[in-house]
Amino acid sequence: MKRCFLLAVVLAVFGMAAPSFAADTVRIGVYLPLTGQNAFGGQLELEGVQMAHEEVGEVLGKKVELFVVDNKSDKVEAANAVKRLIDKENVQAIIGTYGSSLAMAGGEVAEKAGVPQVGTSCTNPLVTQGKKHIFRVCFIDPFQGAGAATYAIKDLGFKKAALLVDVANDYSVGLASFFKRSFVKQGGEVVAVLNYQSGDQDFTAQLQQIISKKPDVLFIPSYFAEGAIIMKQAKELGATFKIMGGDAMDNPEIVSIGGSAVEGFMHTTFPYDPSMPDMNPVAQKFTENWKKKHPDKDPNVNAALGYDAYMIIIDAIKRAGSAEPAKISAALADTKGFVGVTGVTTINETHDAEKPVGIVVIKDGKKTYVGSIQPEL
Amino acid sequence: MTIEIFLQHLLNGLTLGSLYALIAIGYTMVYGILRLINFAHSEIFMLGAYFVFWGVTLFHLPWPLALVAAVAAVALVGVLVDRVAYRPLRDAPRISALISAIGVSFFLQNVAIVLFKAIPREVYRPEWLENPMIMGGVRVLPLTLFVPVLSLLLMLGLMYIVYHTKPGLGMRAISKDIETSALMGVPVNSIIALTFGLGSALAAASGIMWALRYPQLQPIMGVIPGFKAFIAAVFGGIGSIPGAVIGGLVLGFLEILIVAFFPDLAGYRDAFAFVLLIVVLLVKPTGLLGARPEEKV
Repeated sequence: MKRCFLLAVVLAVFGMAAPSFAADTVRIGVYLPLTGQNAFGGQLELEGVQMAHEEVGEVLGKKVELFVVDNKSDKVEAANAVKRLIDKENVQAIIGTYGSSLAMAGGEVAEKAGVPQVGTSCTNPLVTQGKKHIFRVCFIDPFQGAGAATYAIKDLGFKKAALLVDVANDYSVGLASFFKRSFVKQGGEVVAVLNYQSGDQDFTAQLQQIISKKPDVLFIPSYFAEGAIIMKQAKELGATFKIMGGDAMDNPEIVSIGGSAVEGFMHTTFPYDPSMPDMNPVAQKFTENWKKKHPDKDPNVNAALGYDAYMIIIDAIKRAGSAEPAKISAALADTKGFVGVTGVTTINETHDAEKPVGIVVIKDGKKTYVGSIQPEL
Repeated sequence: MTIEIFLQHLLNGLTLGSLYALIAIGYTMVYGILRLINFAHSEIFMLGAYFVFWGVTLFHLPWPLALVAAVAAVALVGVLVDRVAYRPLRDAPRISALISAIGVSFFLQNVAIVLFKAIPREVYRPEWLENPMIMGGVRVLPLTLFVPVLSLLLMLGLMYIVYHTKPGLGMRAISKDIETSALMGVPVNSIIALTFGLGSALAAASGIMWALRYPQLQPIMGVIPGFKAFIAAVFGGIGSIPGAVIGGLVLGFLEILIVAFFPDLAGYRDAFAFVLLIVVLLVKPTGLLGARPEEKV
């Protein structure tokens, strides 16, 4: 009995793993962290991909087959996963992954093999740098700076901005430079740029200097650890300007640590939240279908990015009229105005997504999604 | 720069400087007596702030009681550290104790990361400390007035203990010659334990004050203030208690005023502090008030 069962398992595994060379299907590989430290995000992204696959299971009259490999939140596993997808499963396009370092490890392999890879939530600028076949559906970190600037000028009508930047942190410096460029380009004035270093706890001197320049808004692209005490000190010094930050400030602890000082604080984030007010039809449909399929949990931005990554590949195959890897890459690079769950996406010359940026405000001690904005670069 | 803004900068400098002074007193006291730079001081400082947090949130102690309990508990930790990490090395070369101190510092830091988690935590502050008073266009936090007074009181109290009490006499004897003191009947180990207890209580007090001013707890919160206070102690003349207070205040004012007058250099604030340390060590290694190191025969 036991032997029979084993035999059945072996046969089943072989049956699945045997590469079918038939050209009547489109083969898409997925590598995500389904175990390990990033499993939470990876699992949601996979569910997003699978949902998209259930909705659109055919392209150019051929069935789409998904091949899923766990990269175990490990760089070596990520490279192996991509190798396996390409060599063994003969995939024509790859979706993955959560985690920039994983995407970089896997991306090297995909780039060499000339198979297009679409990243889900890997936001480090280096992931796509200098790569011909590597793309992503999320924006790069610094892009949010432009989103904050656009929101400050267009929606809030602010004219004068100040920045407080962590010079020892790439993320902070990147967001600040995008903010500055966008704010000035749209006619705003940057009245003060003050620096500090990660780990500092006293910001009174910098804040005092900023207060004396009377800005309408202060942009702090800092990490959560510094951000909350910057806001506390600003309040104690009597600052009246609004404060904005990036998604590194997106942490549930912010209210308990910042207390009343973080009330009214705004930060940018990815442009999807099940509670967002201005959902496009794609996002609405996604949210409804998700709730039908997973009544026990809310969709989140990872699931949405997984969904969009699959759909953008299908869109590229349609436009290319072919599922050859090189043609998919060319079509992906040409993506303009693709409507997904996370808004209207255009792939730019660095293969990163330009798309709306979400804005969250802390209101009555709670995070509230107020809307999305198309950043002016 | 208007006069109000300048005054506000000065006040900010005073708060920061007196906090540095408070930490530096602890460094300098232990050094003055044992010639040991207790690098674990910054972690003892961190423990002080965390212990108050626990007292208030876990044991629901009233805040003043939590303060006292935290200072006492941290003093015990200090004595324990001495017993485990320094006392066995009493006869070893001085560098061994210094290395042991660095080890204790890393050990406590990592224990804190594992036990307390790296996520920043909030600090309980009584309401009367939260709201600044406005005096002639300048915003004065109650803490701004409180911390310098506390530093001064602790300085005077310590000087009293060291110069006018029997254990103080023992401390001074040990600082001159540890072996002869033992021969003369000074209970060396108890006096040194007392020194560490006092030094740690001071670290706890400064950690608590720091957390009230910069209300966020992190396992690594002691590192930067610890370095700065060390610089302040060296600048003032390590071993000298009034020197530590002056060094702390000068460093606090310098850091704030550099940013006030040269905003573009704000990112180099920490670098200035370390440059100051190097310059002091090159030009006047004994610091402002430090005694000339006696040659031991």
